[in-house]
Amino acid sequence: MMKHESIETNAGLLIVLTLAAISIGGLVEIVPLFHIEGTVESVKNAEGKDSVRPYTALEQLGRDIYTREGCYNCHSQMIRPFRDEALRYGHYSLAAESQYDHPFQWGSKRTGPDLARVGGKYSSAWHVQHLNQPTSVVPESIMPNYPWLLETDLDYSDLQGKMKALKKVGVPYSLTKEEYAANTDQFGEDVAKLLDINRAETNMVEQAKKGNYDKNPAKLSEMDALVAYLQVLGTMVDFSKHDEAEFVQFR
Amino acid sequence: MAHSATAPMEQYNYDIVKKFALITLFWGIAGMSAGVYIASELAWPFLNWDIAQITFGRLRPLHTSGVIFGFGGNALFATSFYVVQRTCQTRLWGGRLPDFIFYGWNAALLIAGVGYLMGITQGREYAEPEWYVDLMIVVVWVVYFLVYTMTLLKRNQPHIYVANWFFMSFILATALLHIFNNLAMPVSLFGAKSYSLFSGAQDAMTQWWYGHNAVGFFLTAAFLGMMYYFVPKQAGRPVYSYRLSIVHFWALSFMYMWVGTHHLHWTAIPDWTSSLAAAFSILLLMPSWGGMINGIMTLSGAWDKLRSDPIMMFLITSLSFYGMSTFEGPMMALKSVNALSHYTDWTVGHVHSGALGWVAMVSFGSLYHMIPKLWGTKMWSQKLIYIHFFFATIGILLYITALWVSGIGQGLMLRAFDQYGNLKYSFIETVVFMHGPLVARAVAGMFFVSGLLLMVYNIWKTIANAQEASDTTIASANA
Repeated sequence: MMKHESIETNAGLLIVLTLAAISIGGLVEIVPLFHIEGTVESVKNAEGKDSVRPYTALEQLGRDIYTREGCYNCHSQMIRPFRDEALRYGHYSLAAESQYDHPFQWGSKRTGPDLARVGGKYSSAWHVQHLNQPTSVVPESIMPNYPWLLETDLDYSDLQGKMKALKKVGVPYSLTKEEYAANTDQFGEDVAKLLDINRAETNMVEQAKKGNYDKNPAKLSEMDALVAYLQVLGTMVDFSKHDEAEFVQFR
Repeated sequence: MAHSATAPMEQYNYDIVKKFALITLFWGIAGMSAGVYIASELAWPFLNWDIAQITFGRLRPLHTSGVIFGFGGNALFATSFYVVQRTCQTRLWGGRLPDFIFYGWNAALLIAGVGYLMGITQGREYAEPEWYVDLMIVVVWVVYFLVYTMTLLKRNQPHIYVANWFFMSFILATALLHIFNNLAMPVSLFGAKSYSLFSGAQDAMTQWWYGHNAVGFFLTAAFLGMMYYFVPKQAGRPVYSYRLSIVHFWALSFMYMWVGTHHLHWTAIPDWTSSLAAAFSILLLMPSWGGMINGIMTLSGAWDKLRSDPIMMFLITSLSFYGMSTFEGPMMALKSVNALSHYTDWTVGHVHSGALGWVAMVSFGSLYHMIPKLWGTKMWSQKLIYIHFFFATIGILLYITALWVSGIGQGLMLRAFDQYGNLKYSFIETVVFMHGPLVARAVAGMFFVSGLLLMVYNIWKTIANAQEASDTTIASANA
């Protein structure tokens, strides 16, 4: 039998064996997740198309602001399957719902409430006022004011670059006709239009105008983008159209 | 006398150890002060001052990176370079390369830290630095591995001492974790922004594999390496059990990598990964306590030092906190406990019982032992070390207790129902409840930083005295 002394007197052997010891755990737990089907469940809507779509240009820029401000330090985006969370936040989160999230923003701490299904829960006007000065709508809030969101013009100079980078890591934004056609199959015509990188800027301006998120039509502000993102969170899957048993099998 | 004091200077590269030791104190003050400030923002939100750069969300990564990679990282460079030279009885390999590590590491941290304030972040906890800083860190880390390994290879001792096993395990694991977790696609070569290669559930798994093992290897294995040198040295006794050190080294290195998923209990990841992580978390208690027992029992036959030696008090208390937090951790990794504790301040308190109680305390003890030796002198004031010890201990105890109240309290309130089956409390009611504990926590942090300031003053006086003494020696030699 090999004595431990032979490891202690041989730096190369120590390094090789240590590497082996520290590699196994990660390999066993992480690698299968990229291969096992059902890690991310497929959720279809009534038309047989994917319910969960990538973010629109405006929403993605809003998401970038969400990460920039470090919102994840105080807010989670992951509802657990408990009765109190169901009553407070809604249906538990599905893996499918964050499948286009680069990076994930599930969070680890709730200094403020979970935001996974905050979309549609409040009006955009409420969000604007709340982000600008949280205590004006929730007097006891300890959240900082974010007054610069309304004042700062949204920087979309690199919008296409960002979408192309996301495309490279697997988000199905389309550049070519073939990719557009594939998106039409997967998400339907209306959504496919929104995912077209070639019309990204037009789409973004249109959504901001139509949504009028910051209540100032004259200005395309960071507030527009952030509120557009918050308003879509958790709204893509219509749980009233699904049987609970459909999702339990994946847990 | 003068001769014996200069001999080790030539034998060992103490210059680099001194640099790392001093910058450790700088990052300690900076990172922990940032911690006190963000703790105060939670207690008194007006402290955000409507200034984007210092809002909680941007400042918190500066605190975590500052204390983990600034204070902890530099303390590890300092002690690992000291320990590897002393235990291999050879000079550090690589000529000016250790200096490259010093400037490269600290420049990377500074660039990352300033970036956070400007809103430049990957948005992943403890892995916030953007891609170009990550690349800098990779280069620095490869050089670190090279310097460390080459020094081991030219050792003048047949055996590689146990402290070096732990340091090596930490170097290898950190490289593995850092590289795979930070795989990302930059938007352009000249821009800061990048997007993680992974998304959603896979991104979460990779991130917490990294996140927990930053704790496991950066904040545990490496500091055990520190412990294995400085505890026996300060106690003047050999390590309690050679066999225990072998068993717990391999068990710890193997098991830690399995447990990251306990940060994702009840989330949208497959249940089997969660159960596996919980099981390994329980198993991990044994190698963790193996280290604690081996450290504390090293003092057997010299228990009186706990009364007379404040440095020993730091070291043994750190091991006690290590034992406590490695018991609390597996408990919180149980799914039923985690259902309550997750997302609350209990987690934050748990991290700090490890980070302040174990990591910072063992570093303080080691620095108090090492710094006088580096400058060939004695600590200026033993009494100040003693006072520092009590400031630190009171701070930690208050901190943990406050966040137990805050975390468990919030967890219980959030799951409380009234007699009709409705939620008993709204979320904001839990925020109001937490105000008291959060104030206590900020005060606790102030205690801890005050203690560190005493340490800096003490070390400053020590070095000043040593330099004065060496100046007069040189002057009298020249005369």
